[in-house]
Parts: sequence; structure tokens; C-alpha cells
Amino acid sequence: MTGYKRIAQRNYYGKALVDIAADRSDVFVLDADLAGSTKTSEFLKVARDRFVECGIAEQNMIGVAAGLAASGKTVFASTFAIFATGRCWEQIRLAVAYPGLNVKIVATHSGISVGEDGASHQALEDIALMRALPNMTVISPADAYEAYRAVVAAAEWDGPVYIRMGRSEFPCVTEEDDIFVIGKAKVLRKGSDVTFIATGQMVSGCLEAAAKLEAEGISAEVVNMSTIKPLDRDTVLRSAEKTGCVVTAEEHSIIGGLGSAVAELLSEELPVPVKRIGTGDIFGESGSPDELFVKYNLTADDLAAAAKTVISRKESETE
Amino acid sequence: MECDVDGIKAKAEIMRSDIIEMTTSAGSGHPGGSLSAADFVAALYFNVMRHDPANPGWEDRDRFVLSKGHVAPVLYAALAESGYFPKEELATLRKLGSRLQGHPVRGKLPGVEMSTGSLGQGLSMACGIALAGKKDGKDYKTYCMLGDGELQSGQNWEAAMFASQFELGNLIAVVDRNRLQITGCTEETMSLEPLAEKWRSFGWNVIIIDGHNVKQILDACRKAGESKRNPVVIIMNTIKGKGVSFMEGNADFHGKVCNREEYSRATEELRKAIR
Ligand SMILES: Cc1ncc(C[n+]2csc(CCOP(=O)(O)OP(=O)(O)O)c2C)c(N)n1
Ligand SMILES: [Mg+2]
Repeated sequence: MTGYKRIAQRNYYGKALVDIAADRSDVFVLDADLAGSTKTSEFLKVARDRFVECGIAEQNMIGVAAGLAASGKTVFASTFAIFATGRCWEQIRLAVAYPGLNVKIVATHSGISVGEDGASHQALEDIALMRALPNMTVISPADAYEAYRAVVAAAEWDGPVYIRMGRSEFPCVTEEDDIFVIGKAKVLRKGSDVTFIATGQMVSGCLEAAAKLEAEGISAEVVNMSTIKPLDRDTVLRSAEKTGCVVTAEEHSIIGGLGSAVAELLSEELPVPVKRIGTGDIFGESGSPDELFVKYNLTADDLAAAAKTVISRKESETE
Repeated sequence: MECDVDGIKAKAEIMRSDIIEMTTSAGSGHPGGSLSAADFVAALYFNVMRHDPANPGWEDRDRFVLSKGHVAPVLYAALAESGYFPKEELATLRKLGSRLQGHPVRGKLPGVEMSTGSLGQGLSMACGIALAGKKDGKDYKTYCMLGDGELQSGQNWEAAMFASQFELGNLIAVVDRNRLQITGCTEETMSLEPLAEKWRSFGWNVIIIDGHNVKQILDACRKAGESKRNPVVIIMNTIKGKGVSFMEGNADFHGKVCNREEYSRATEELRKAIR
């Protein structure tokens, strides 16, 4: 996307932690030998006493986070998304989600745009894993600015939160001073022929696709679904009602993520043609983020093509 | 192809040079921990292990599980030098479509036994391979290389308990004790000492060596191979980044590759070592 500033979300995570540190003495930050990558190292610089380095022992980190939270602290625990959600899933379930503790799991390096490290490091299942947990709030911000706001909101929120961030620099499609409310989606572009419901950096891809479609006379609405759970049902239903067809977009497996959440809602409440864009039933692989986006059909062109598919399905159904 | 001490040393230097070449051309990867492991991995592939590059699925082969999968470059260098695949393929490391994935993937590349990259899991896999060997009445050995920072992960100790419970005398773990992880010194991050006592108390025989002394490596492997019931761990003291002066003992080169100027310095130094 041209014309947008590109910033890594994790840089704004570090920034948010520093800002929170100043007036929230109850906030603790935990990491597992990746503070330089997740940027929790920024918090360490300003609040060394409340930064806890856990070593390469993620499961223990989650248990410790739960214990701190049970003792009145608000805890941010960070590592790469695959280790945070995959390695620690049952620890999160029992120790954090079940008692509803104030642990905010902020994971970086999600998605296929992790790139060269390959499949072992590319979390394509983390949204599904976290969404399945009762009590868990799941947020996947669209850009660095929204990542900052999500972290601030999570610190205020009572209960467990999972925030998903990327590794690389994404276009900033929201405004730095936007208001962020957990559970509220935003319509970033109004349209009448098709609805894109997107999360993470796919929001920028959808905006690009919408611009391409406009040139062809197709009017696409773009919804930034930054909270995946609880899903903003009203916004989904209102937009789907208006346009009559939906494309979901996420840098995640189409099994269990945003696409599933939207399809579950629409199939029960308002069956309209839906196409889920994301990775399929596959593991990722090494490559540059751009190459992988092309190979796994996550580009703006793929999104525009998916929009045309659902529009034609809608039209053939109303014939 | 069985090499003597000097031959192994020469192979290790070639592998070091390959590690620098491939990580530099990939633009990412983990040179530090690859270099610290190079002498041991060279000794395994060019002397200690029974294996056949032409027949990677040979049932009686010794197995090597690289638990610290981020140092895939040292494994790939050894496999290519052994003849498992053409050396030119090393240049494809981490690139789209390559069999040389950022972390080792079983089934993608001949010679890669298990998929690793998420730390703390390899020793369990090696236990399973060793247990199968015992059940099948095979005499192959299973080697598993662990990072020292990696040992902070609890699953290693579940595996350690398992190995002595099932008397996996055919299992040999090696700890690359380079004393560094990403954050810095292991002892300041999450202390591992007394490390030998930990392993002993889990029922393992412990051998401590200098991981850059090939003769000590060969002696240790020979001795480990004689164990009947106890699993054996070789704790090898090493220098992260060994062989490239500015990388030695430098945590920065854990997951950072050479820039242009560093690359020419590194290749110059390694060329001299190869002669
Ligand atoms: C479960 C898990 N947590 C975190 C990481 C990220 N990571 C990759 S390498 C590394 C440090 C490893 O240190 P060590 O085991 O000492 O390896 P070496 O020094 O030999 O490179 C970390 C934390 C990972 N790969 N897997
Ligand atoms: Mg180490």
C-alpha cells in the first residue's frame, strides 16, 4: 500500500508499555528470552523491578503470570505467537482463562509474514486457539497505532486478553488518535456491493482491494474487525444486510479464525455468500513475506477476485 | 567417509565457511550457535556416526536430532558435505521453495530426522527413536544436540527422566554449553548450574569436554557409546561464534548475520583456518 507509513506493531507495543508503566505501578511484564524481539525490553528500561525475565520456559511464564495476577498485579506476558498460544495453551486455559485473571498475552511474530524462519515460527492457528477459550478476549490490531491503543485498552480491561501482533512493518491505516473500544469494529470505507471483514494487516490489503474494485465500478465496504472475540455482531450483520455478500480476510488459517467466526454468525443469522481468505489447511514455509503473500493468495488482487466471486454468487442466487 | 582428527578439523572449517556463506546470502539466520556446534557436528558426520548419504532411510543408521533447530545451517553444511544433497543447494537457505527451511523439516531434505525449531522438544523425540531402537533390537545410537539456554525449558527434564526410566543407554545427548542465549549470559538470565549435577541426579552419565577439541569429542563419543543402561550427556564447553573473531562470545550474533564488511572479514579469517 502506498501513501501509508509503515511501522512494526511491536515497536508500538514497547511504546505503550512505557507509557503505561509511568502511572500503573501494578503492571508487570514477563518475557521468555525474546524481550528484544517483542519489544518488552522497552519496559525493562523504565521499570526494571517490574520486568521478569523467565528464560526459555514459556509454560512456566504463564503460570507465574497467573500467580502474579491472582495477587493483584496486571500482567503482560510476551513471546512469539506460536509459543504463547501453542506451547502454553492448556496453561492459559486453566491458570488464566478459567479464573478470568488479569493476564494480557501479547504475542508478536504471528502469521506467515514471519517469513524466513519458516513453519515452526509462523503461527497460523493462534486466533483459533485463543478464540476457543471461554473468558478470553481476542484482539488482532490492524496496524501499529491500533496495537498501541489495544495495549492501553487491555491494561484497563478486567480479565484475560490475547493481542496478536506481527513481526514486520505494516502500513498504518488507522489514525494515531482514533478511539479504540474492545468489541467494536470500525467501518473504514463505506460500500454497497460487497463487504470485506478483515483483521490485522489484511485490513490494509482490503482497502487496497476496495480501491481496485472501485476503478471497476464495484463498491466495497471495509470493516476493521480488530476484536475477534467478542465479535461485533451488529456491525457484521448490518454490513452484510446492506451488501449481501462477505469476504473475510486474515493472515491466519481459514479454520477457526476470523473467517470462521463470521461464517458461524452469518450462517445462523443471515446466510449470505461468504468467501474466507486466509491460509488453507497447510503449514507455512520459508520465504520473504511478500513472496509468501503471493504464494498463499493473500494479496489485494486475491481479495478483489474473492469479492467478485461472492458478488456473482449473490447475483446468481437472486436471479 | 571416516576422517581422522585432522580431517575432522578440516571439515569443521569448511562447514564454518559454508555457515557464513549461507546465512549471509539468506540475510537472516543464526550463525553464533551454528559455529559453536560445528566441531562436534563434524565429528559426528565424518567419524562417529554410522550413516549412508546414499541411503538416508537406512534402518540401521545412527540418528541425529538437532533439538536447537535454529542452528540448521550447521546441520545443512554437514549433510551437504557428506553428500546428502548438492552443495550448491546451500545457497537456497531460507528462500522460497527451498528444501533448506529456516528450521529443519523432516521429510523435506534427506538426512533431517525430525522437525525442530521450537526449543525444548528434541530430546523427547530422540527418546522415542532410542526406545524404538531398543524395542526393535537395533544397535543404532541416537544423538541429540541441545542448546544450553534451551535447557531452561521443562520438557527437557521430562525427557531426561524418561530416558533413565527406560534405560536408554543408546541415547547420547550433547549440550552446547556456550553460556549464551538471546538475552545474554545463561547464568544471569536463568541459571543452569550446577548443570552436571542436574543430569547426574536424573540418572545420566555425564562427560564434560572442550567442544572445540576434536580428540576430546571422539573420546567422549567412544566412551558414551559403551554405556549399557544409562543415557549419556556430553556437556561440551564451547564459544559461541567460534572461528570468527568478532563473533566469538558475542550474543549479538545469535540471530544476526554478517553485513558486507563483516562478511569479508569472516571469510578472510576462515580461509586462513582452512589454508
Ligand atoms: C520454545 C521456544 N522459545 C523461544 C524460541 C526463540 N529462540 C530461538 S533461539 C533462542 C535462544 C537459544 O539459546 P541456546 O539454547 O543457548 O542456543 P545457542 O546458544 O546454541 O544458539 C530462543 C529463545 C524458540 N525457538 N523456541
Ligand atoms: Mg547457548
